[in-house]
Amino acid sequence: MRIEFEVNNRPVVLDTEPDRRLLDVLRDDLGLLSVKEGCSEGECGACTVILNGRAVLSCLTMVGQVQGGRILTSEGLVKDGELHPIQKAFVEAGAVQCGFCTPGFVMSSYALLQRNPNPDEDAIKQALSGNICRCTGYAQLIEAVQAAAKANNE
Amino acid sequence: MAIVGTSVHRNDAWAKARGAAKFTGDIRLPGMVEVAVVRSPHARARILEIDTSRASQINGVLGVFTARDIPGKNLVPLVFQDMPALAMDEVRYHGEAVALVVGDTREAAWAGARAVDVKYRVMDAILDPIKALDKDADKLHGNDNVFRRWTVKKGNVDKALQNAHLVVKGTYHTPYQEHLYLEPQSMVAWWSDEGYIEVHGSMQCPFYVRDAVAAVLGLDLSSVHVIQATTGGGFGGKEDVPSTIAAHAALASFLTGRPARLVLSRDEDILVTSKRHPAVIEYESGFDEQGRLLGVKARYVMDAGAYATLSPIVLWRGTMHAAGPYRVEHVDIEALAVATNKVPCGAYRGFGEPQIHFAFESQMDIAADKLGIDPIEMRLKNALEPGDTTATGQVLKKDVGLVQALNAVREASSWDSRFETPGRKQGTVRRGLGVSAVYYGVGLGAAGQALDRAGAFVQVMYDGSAVFAVGTVEMGQGMVSQLSQVIAQELGVSIERVRALPPDTNLLPDSGPTVASRTTVMSGNAVLNACARIKQQLLEATAGILNEPVDALTIEPGRVTGKNGAATLDEVLHRCFLERRDLASTGWFKSPETTWDEKKGQGSPYMTFAWAANVVEVEVDTETGVVTPIEIWAAHDVGKAINPAQVRGQIIGGSLQGLGYGLMEEIIHKDGLMQNNRLSQYIVPTIGDAPKINAIIIETGFEHGPYGAKGFGEQPLIGIAPALANAVYNATGKRVKTLPITPERLFAALHDDKTVD
Repeated sequence: MRIEFEVNNRPVVLDTEPDRRLLDVLRDDLGLLSVKEGCSEGECGACTVILNGRAVLSCLTMVGQVQGGRILTSEGLVKDGELHPIQKAFVEAGAVQCGFCTPGFVMSSYALLQRNPNPDEDAIKQALSGNICRCTGYAQLIEAVQAAAKANNE
Repeated sequence: MAIVGTSVHRNDAWAKARGAAKFTGDIRLPGMVEVAVVRSPHARARILEIDTSRASQINGVLGVFTARDIPGKNLVPLVFQDMPALAMDEVRYHGEAVALVVGDTREAAWAGARAVDVKYRVMDAILDPIKALDKDADKLHGNDNVFRRWTVKKGNVDKALQNAHLVVKGTYHTPYQEHLYLEPQSMVAWWSDEGYIEVHGSMQCPFYVRDAVAAVLGLDLSSVHVIQATTGGGFGGKEDVPSTIAAHAALASFLTGRPARLVLSRDEDILVTSKRHPAVIEYESGFDEQGRLLGVKARYVMDAGAYATLSPIVLWRGTMHAAGPYRVEHVDIEALAVATNKVPCGAYRGFGEPQIHFAFESQMDIAADKLGIDPIEMRLKNALEPGDTTATGQVLKKDVGLVQALNAVREASSWDSRFETPGRKQGTVRRGLGVSAVYYGVGLGAAGQALDRAGAFVQVMYDGSAVFAVGTVEMGQGMVSQLSQVIAQELGVSIERVRALPPDTNLLPDSGPTVASRTTVMSGNAVLNACARIKQQLLEATAGILNEPVDALTIEPGRVTGKNGAATLDEVLHRCFLERRDLASTGWFKSPETTWDEKKGQGSPYMTFAWAANVVEVEVDTETGVVTPIEIWAAHDVGKAINPAQVRGQIIGGSLQGLGYGLMEEIIHKDGLMQNNRLSQYIVPTIGDAPKINAIIIETGFEHGPYGAKGFGEQPLIGIAPALANAVYNATGKRVKTLPITPERLFAALHDDKTVD
């Protein structure tokens, strides 16, 4: 089946089975390896990408569902080699340890700040509650999102 | 300006934040095939027949391999030589590997694995470690099912308990804990007909992986080239387990001639990889009227699972710490690691300590309550201090920060004004405070002394950039960044221009495992050793430029200064180039001597200890049994914080894992079969479960540590569950002696009107 969509502001046309996981298409067909597979059942959030402005789990999304959609991955946030303010905030807040969960958290944070540029702590917790990090204890992730929000608003 | 001691950003964080770090699953090689593992559906069974014919005919399946196809030894070597890479005649736990299926794609490999017909005769499984100790129990190991037994003996404990004013007795049960590193176990192996194999993967111990691959393929160690890939968390779970994963990937590659990848699915990873040992601990402590600890008697039984793996040394560490961080003259500890037909347990952050800390810190709390002494006062009365002797007979030096840690959490939590006598609170929702004291022996200690060594390689380029490599690994804990700080500090190079190369078993000496909170001390010292030689070269070259003696010169960021002038690092490096100076060096460090006399049950097992105190505040809903953690204060003596932000990261992250252990994490078996090996059913703390965690850093130095640093990465996990249980007691007057403190368990305690054992 012919599937057309946009990934990181570039058009993509694929001839593929519509029931393949978006995760596999992004990683294996398009080489977008920031999208990680942590649990394969929608519990860990490591495969989070943005679809039409909303954070979705690419392990639970079939590629047929993204026909005509706009997808953003962590790679797409980098502009001219410069990290996105959210990615930078993650580095500066010490929110990155092993790094496997990081792209998923970055995308969930991105979706949050798109719809709510001034989230309070509860809103941040709500938005990141579908992502698991086993290293940091989460405090630095909250600090990173707060710092990114502040940088955005300045 | 000092670089060591400041919170510079991790230099690996930039690539990780944009998603560019290459983990094992991101490796793409031409012709790469995928491996799936056929696993036992039984806890214990005889293998009667493995029929691979149906699987072999599946489209895309390239080969199906069993134990009979192994060219070398069918062995994953570790402490004992008891665990096969693939089961031969008998499977001994649910999920044990029986055969490998190699496919063009993951789907083909899995379809093949499902089509392998294994005929089993199910046997009676041994599931309870206490029953396994019965004389007439079926034997899985030796003549008593005990993999290892350790003791600590001092004084006359029976007499001490007889004469004690108060004797507290308790039996404690602790659960399995799954590491749940976010990146599942994964390996890529690439056999070359030139006669060597290259292995890239997620691991803590490249040299263990090398040994295992060499064993199964029958190769020289030098023909196995192991290179660690970016590793997405370990926490002990990638200490010994990657040896098995690598053995499987290596067999698949060797037997098909293609690069082979094995990535475990999450449910497979939870099912078959090591866990924290469940334990049953019987504990007796005797006190005088003032609350001084007179004697300790304990029996610590660990459920080790089907093979010994790391259990003998996990047990050793637990035994060494079993009397608590207290002065006590009379001690009798017996500890046993017992074989059962369950997943082999192994290393998990804390390594045998969290279980026993839960027991003795609950005991301490019970005694404080009975004697009417404030729980922090109670610990301060007994806390080990500089110059004291531990229960094993180790004389402590100056770097003992337990009293400072206890005082720090006391003050930070406003303990004195907020702590109320337990059991007097009213109302449906009640708050409580609990405390714990913790210690952690740094490094492998006497039981692993031969491995307690580390190597490094450092090279400064003539443009002022530098590279380094060490034999221990970065797995998220921050090693690369801290060692880069050491190099920048010592050699004046810019930290942004220090690059880490991955550990490589052919180019670096066997540096032992990346475990036991040993990396900062061991690799830090090895890097310092390498830097010292390069530094000498830089200083000699500068002496020629400035016309000053070497001992008048100081290396600073970007320059070398003397009494009368300074040379830029560029000038110095140019001079080094012209003078043909060697700016590459290896470095080496071995830990100071430690001792353990097994017959006497005494010795000085560790080069030093880290120390900690925790206060946990909870809110308990007495109608539902739900415990909500409100805030944690955690003070840790780390010797010296090379990077305070990273130390804080270890404290907060480790504390939350400890909270998961105390509150929610549990593996459930039914008839020996694991029931909840999925992330939707094995519950770990999310951001919504995380309370505010206040990290407090205490620095008492360490004579053998780089800049005085100790190792401590495991310590933050250890004391949270006991402080939590003590806080629950403080809030409710109910003592829970079984972890985790789930709503069901606490509800039963609250409504049965008796203590839960």
